[in-house]
Amino acid sequence: MSARTGMPDSLDTKDSVDISCRVNGETVAARVPVRQSLVDFLRHGLGLTGSHVGCEHGVCGACTIVLDGRCVRGCLLLAAQADGAEIETIEGATASGRLDALRAEFVTRAGLQCGFCTPGMLLTAAEFLDAGGGPDRSEIRDALSGNYCRCTGYHAIVDAVEAAARSHPRSA
Amino acid sequence: MTAVRPPRLIGQPAPRPEAARLASGAGAYVDDVDLPRQLHAAFLRSPHPHAAILGHDATAARALPGVAAVLFWDDLAGVVTPLQTRHAGFPGLVSPPQPPLADRRVAYQGEPVALVLAASRALAEDALEAIAIDYAPLPAAADAATALDPGAPKAHPDLPDNLCWAGEISGGDVDGAFRDAALVVAQTFRFTRHTGVTLEPRGLIAAFDRASGQLDVRISHQQPHQLQVYLADLLGLPMTRVRVIAPDVGGGFGIKMHVYADEVAVCAAARLLGRPVKFIADRLESMAADVHAREHVVDARMALDAAGRITAFDVADRHGLGAYTVFPRSSTMETVSAVRTIGAPYAMAAFRARMQAVFQNKSLIGQYRSVGHPIACTVTEALVDQAARTRGEDPLAFRARNYTPGAALPFTNPAGVRLIDLSHAACHARLEALMDRDAVRRDMADARARGRLPGLGFAAFVELTASGSEAYGAGGVAVAAMDSVTLALEPDGTVKGEASVSEIGQGIAGTLARVVADALALPADQVRIATGDTRSAPHGGGAWSSRGAAIGAEAALGAAARLRAAILAGAAALLQAQPETLDLADGAIVDASGAPRLTLAALAQAALFRGHEFPGGRLPQLAVAHQHGRAQDRAVPTNGIQAALVEIDPGTGLVACRRHWVVEDCGRILNPLLVDAQIRGGVVQGIGAALYEACRYDGEGQLLTGTLADYLLPMAAEMPDIAVAHVETPYSGSVLGAKGAGEAGTCAAAAAVLNAVNDALAPFGTAIAELPVTPVLVLDALARRQAA
Ligand code: FES
Ligand code: FES
Repeated sequence: MSARTGMPDSLDTKDSVDISCRVNGETVAARVPVRQSLVDFLRHGLGLTGSHVGCEHGVCGACTIVLDGRCVRGCLLLAAQADGAEIETIEGATASGRLDALRAEFVTRAGLQCGFCTPGMLLTAAEFLDAGGGPDRSEIRDALSGNYCRCTGYHAIVDAVEAAARSHPRSA
Repeated sequence: MTAVRPPRLIGQPAPRPEAARLASGAGAYVDDVDLPRQLHAAFLRSPHPHAAILGHDATAARALPGVAAVLFWDDLAGVVTPLQTRHAGFPGLVSPPQPPLADRRVAYQGEPVALVLAASRALAEDALEAIAIDYAPLPAAADAATALDPGAPKAHPDLPDNLCWAGEISGGDVDGAFRDAALVVAQTFRFTRHTGVTLEPRGLIAAFDRASGQLDVRISHQQPHQLQVYLADLLGLPMTRVRVIAPDVGGGFGIKMHVYADEVAVCAAARLLGRPVKFIADRLESMAADVHAREHVVDARMALDAAGRITAFDVADRHGLGAYTVFPRSSTMETVSAVRTIGAPYAMAAFRARMQAVFQNKSLIGQYRSVGHPIACTVTEALVDQAARTRGEDPLAFRARNYTPGAALPFTNPAGVRLIDLSHAACHARLEALMDRDAVRRDMADARARGRLPGLGFAAFVELTASGSEAYGAGGVAVAAMDSVTLALEPDGTVKGEASVSEIGQGIAGTLARVVADALALPADQVRIATGDTRSAPHGGGAWSSRGAAIGAEAALGAAARLRAAILAGAAALLQAQPETLDLADGAIVDASGAPRLTLAALAQAALFRGHEFPGGRLPQLAVAHQHGRAQDRAVPTNGIQAALVEIDPGTGLVACRRHWVVEDCGRILNPLLVDAQIRGGVVQGIGAALYEACRYDGEGQLLTGTLADYLLPMAAEMPDIAVAHVETPYSGSVLGAKGAGEAGTCAAAAAVLNAVNDALAPFGTAIAELPVTPVLVLDALARRQAA
């Protein structure tokens, strides 16, 4: 168990709260400012910098993480709301190996350029595939529409997800 | 030297080497790193487009917990000078100084006024709310169209008027061409501002060490060397005491190639306080204070002879560039770029463009992807379609007759653009093969059956890439148009290098490594090129004007040739052989029969660890440098053609992009995977400009599009698949023959979409001449038809 206070917000003590949650399989206990967003806590409190911050108002999807099994926007949740939750970030999803095939398709097909959208994009695409999403390009485009990418124009990302869908082991 | 082997890696598709790391969440962008004792910066930004500052009080803010300092211009004035753009290429340029924090007056909404440094960003933002500023609002110059009218509000009260710069480019007998014309088409085009919206906002950490006088700046930026020069100058530090590091960069597109007032203020604050300062722009301040792009009103007319040949263009551009001409390159480059390539694909005989760039109390306009070219392309191609339509002619047939023929090249057109190595006819033919017009006709019939209005649009283009030193250096701006590469042979036989080009996601570092690996007959992963750190990377251009392949790769090739020669000379000395009889293959030095004589590792180890083995103690020089810049050709022109298929919903006015096609000629393709990635990404930014993206201000200069809910970006579901094909006409002025590819997609995409929209509207006798094409514009256009 690790206890972090999320410096440098430790001065932000007037309204803080103790939380405990599981992040990438590890139990985490921390005192967090009540106003701190979940993605800021993950990034600056826990050093999990793979989740990115592109807008802080719920539009771009760069901050996508998995909370209790569902993709959510880390900028729209408070860290305090994560008390008792099971959280997976891109670091955990990568370490588990569950993104390996999808990531390989992104890499080979240039589904990323600067990579800033990519962690959120991968988690969202994986959720689509796990939910039985197939290789239909317009369905893939719909599924990814909450995740902005400014570099690729999306085409190569759709290529990557389509290729992954063709080889995805789907439950019957 | 022995004959050059055919390339194994150049021309082959390969992902950028950093892709797997970035896709694992292991990127190290600027906000991913914290320094000990770091303070967080937040800016108090002007809520007024234009106001005098009568006073300020930060007493309450300074007393808040965690607040280390609240700074105003007077606090910084002792350690930094204002930014003031000078560019001799724009004679008569009016350029008021721009202090990093406002000095008694704010000239645009979002201008930084005060800087709070606190233990966290949240605490710093708390303190912003406790600062009192006494503003006296002034009349704001917002509308570029009326900015030069007598009595118009002035953006800067001390200036005689709002004119920043005016100029004219002309060649040939324009008046004669219009007098003799069989047909003249004319239109006024309006282009709304938009911006780059890098998904990673701008940000930096500046750290100043008082003992050594050293400023280290880690910043999300495209030109670390340019920034190093200007930070040293503004802060009065020797260049050796300024280090700029660009880590992983989350998108640039031109937005991160400027020297921003807020970033300079952060560096000055770090120097003042002697503690590291981090500033990460939030999206609201990015929308307000990142450079904006475009904003033009262009009056244009085109003359044709009786055979339907374009004879002349005559245009006037009014460009609204905001409150200051952007530092250090000047916003006025935008208007020149917006007119210069008007008509460039076509064999016109006369050209005139008048330019007026005016100040406004709005955010600054700066160089953004394809600088100006999309304006030129849209104006040209919309007039071309208008002429074809008037003549009752197929738009492709009209274009085919008018292209500058390959046989006429090189050709300096009446706009003064030197055109070489272009391939309009070949790109045109390739597009027709790529498109499958029968399938397109079926799609259009299907759309009509669904009650939609389908339209097909084309846009041919010329994009000037890899600008030479004439663009900025000649005007006295310290921007390198050359690039440098250093290489060294390591003891394990691999090659490490540093390059002045910047990696911003386009994959140039890996591409340079592959050029070097090819020249040294090494596997690609045995060469590693680092970029982005001014302490180690030699000086050079960075990432601007699509220069990586055209200039950076040429520097890499030159460095590789030097290293190759040094390796062969060193091996010859050890082996008692003639260098001409040796060659490189598979990581080894081989003899004429191809038999390996010495591995690169063995040579490097001999040189590095056992120099005494070399006859006469003459060590081979296994660390080399090469610099490449062009003496000829101000820019390297590229060309191509795009097509767009759209559908209009006549009920809502919404335009949907169904298909998009691009054929472009960027010369020799070094890495087709990454070239196509650049083209497609660029196209979608162009579609954004065509249909969605707009920085909107009200008549008083208040920004209305401060969030991504108001500022619409292209999303995956709305974007079409983009078919890309190439014609390769190598640039004749270099060894590799590569030209720029990063901006071609953006250059013509909006023009193709606008032409497609107008093709859909043509049966109704109505047309649109404004970007972005919003649903309201479409509905208005349809209503005009019904009213007629
Ligand atoms: S940062 Fe959360 S959606 Fe953009
Ligand atoms: S790869 Fe840069 S934003 Fe998607």
